[in-house]
Amino acid sequence: MMLENMARRGLVVFACLVILVLGLSAAAAPLIAPHSPDEVDLSQKFAPASLEHPLGCDHLGRDVLSRLLYGARVSMGSVAAIAGFILVLGFAVGVTAGFLGGKVDSALMRVCDVFLTFPTFILAMFMVGVLGTGIVNVILAVSLTHWAWYARIIRSLALSLKNREYVLAARVSGSGRMKTAWLHILPPIFAQLVILATLDIGHMMMHVSGLSFLGLGVAPPTPEWGVMISDARQFVWTHPELIMYPGLMIFITVMAFNLLGDAMRDALDPALQEAAH
Amino acid sequence: MLYYILKRLALLVPILLAVSLVVFLILRLGQGDPAMSYLRLSGIPPTDEALAVARTELGLNRPLPVQYLDWLGKAARLDFGRSYVTKNPVLEEILYYLPNTLVLAGFSLFLTLAASLPLGVISAMEKDRLPDQLVRGLSFFGVSIPNFFLGFLLVWVFSIKLRWLPSLGMGGLSHMILPAATMSLMSLCINARLIRANMLENLHSRYALYARARGLSEASVVGRHVLANSLIPVVTAVGMHVGELFGGAVVAESIFAWPGVGRYAVSAIYNRDYPVMQCFILIMTLLFVVMNLGVDILYAWLDPRIRLQGETS
Repeated sequence: MMLENMARRGLVVFACLVILVLGLSAAAAPLIAPHSPDEVDLSQKFAPASLEHPLGCDHLGRDVLSRLLYGARVSMGSVAAIAGFILVLGFAVGVTAGFLGGKVDSALMRVCDVFLTFPTFILAMFMVGVLGTGIVNVILAVSLTHWAWYARIIRSLALSLKNREYVLAARVSGSGRMKTAWLHILPPIFAQLVILATLDIGHMMMHVSGLSFLGLGVAPPTPEWGVMISDARQFVWTHPELIMYPGLMIFITVMAFNLLGDAMRDALDPALQEAAH
Repeated sequence: MLYYILKRLALLVPILLAVSLVVFLILRLGQGDPAMSYLRLSGIPPTDEALAVARTELGLNRPLPVQYLDWLGKAARLDFGRSYVTKNPVLEEILYYLPNTLVLAGFSLFLTLAASLPLGVISAMEKDRLPDQLVRGLSFFGVSIPNFFLGFLLVWVFSIKLRWLPSLGMGGLSHMILPAATMSLMSLCINARLIRANMLENLHSRYALYARARGLSEASVVGRHVLANSLIPVVTAVGMHVGELFGGAVVAESIFAWPGVGRYAVSAIYNRDYPVMQCFILIMTLLFVVMNLGVDILYAWLDPRIRLQGETS
């Protein structure tokens, strides 16, 4: 047990380090990338790894390492935007429905039902198809297809907290409605929300890159990991490493967020388990 | 039970109406101009007159509610219009490709259930021992790997290095294995985790204790009582997996050149072939809703607590 706990703690530290490194390289990509990500040099087509190009070059002679670093920007940036969008929308709708109850509640929940009726990825595809490709539309599509689930969970959290003894005790001792909500109900909801979002970040990232992979996301010259896999797909027989690098980047990033989310949930377990079922 | 089914069927109508409204609104509020796409794909130069004619022809100059009702009425009569590209009725084209996708999705679902059941059970029975650690490791790997990367990884290992399985097209069972594995790994892992968690919970439940106290063998306690109860929540999870499988099918069809409806829809999106896009999302959502309804009914039938509640309320 102790050994396992230590191993788990080690994994969590590893996950935090991975996220930190990715965040830093996303922020500092222009400073640390050895080349411009869009610099085409056909004489370097499929160049093997070298000091000049640590991970070699792709089919247009672009430096793979630089593209991966800039790709971290797109992936981390878009996921951060999506998570922010969903948190705000889900929080607003869920808390409103949970607190006001009655007609407002049922109306808001029916809207959520409708959004939950669609298969998520298919709806995101359709939205991008109608709105057009590009990072902003991808962020919009993935956010709009995911928020309803959050609103639902936040609503049930708000409902279950609203009548807890400690909240009633605060009300009885003279705390006003707004003050009680602000001090005693919103903070625990928000904590749960952050855990949920962390657990879901991998999923969002896969949707963003998956759309890009299909050619329905970030437009091709932009260095994005899904786009890089899509660019390299025709060379899978001759240069599989061009698929492996961006694929491993997505895999490691998703894994790091999943590890972190699991650890956070384990640390703050009970309320979430109740609300999710 | 019959009452429950009827109630659920009745609830389907407003939900599908709302779905159609959302699809219609996305289509009309999007920045794309259907008339423009129509002309481009028909090879007509988009002059102002041509656009005006196309708008009248497509009914785009009427008020939105009228357009919606007209569109809905046609959809109810299964008339989804004609593809801008091929000029064939859209529904016919979708139904031509749909069976290929359903075969693939069905096989993936089978794979998900057939593999996750033994994995989940072994993992729970051998908790904290090596088999459990292996299964947990695998499921952690499985939920973190994106399907579009997994597909190429499988191609690289099984088609290029080992030369065991074909990497493209549709044929016998061998053509189905790699795309189905691509689609099902994630739901398989989620399912194995779910079965494990349910098993562990039920193994320590009071009824399991009671069964043991009655002197039943551990095999009988687990096999007859714990397992049966642990599988009920899996039924609900299947409904969720179907949504993921539809999304995964689009990706897998694209990687493995599987002639399914997902690949067809992606090319329709490239072409901005609006009638195909809207028919695709409506059909896939309808299938998803119907599958979930089936799952809910099955769940109610399996779980007397819900079945009886449905009758009293």
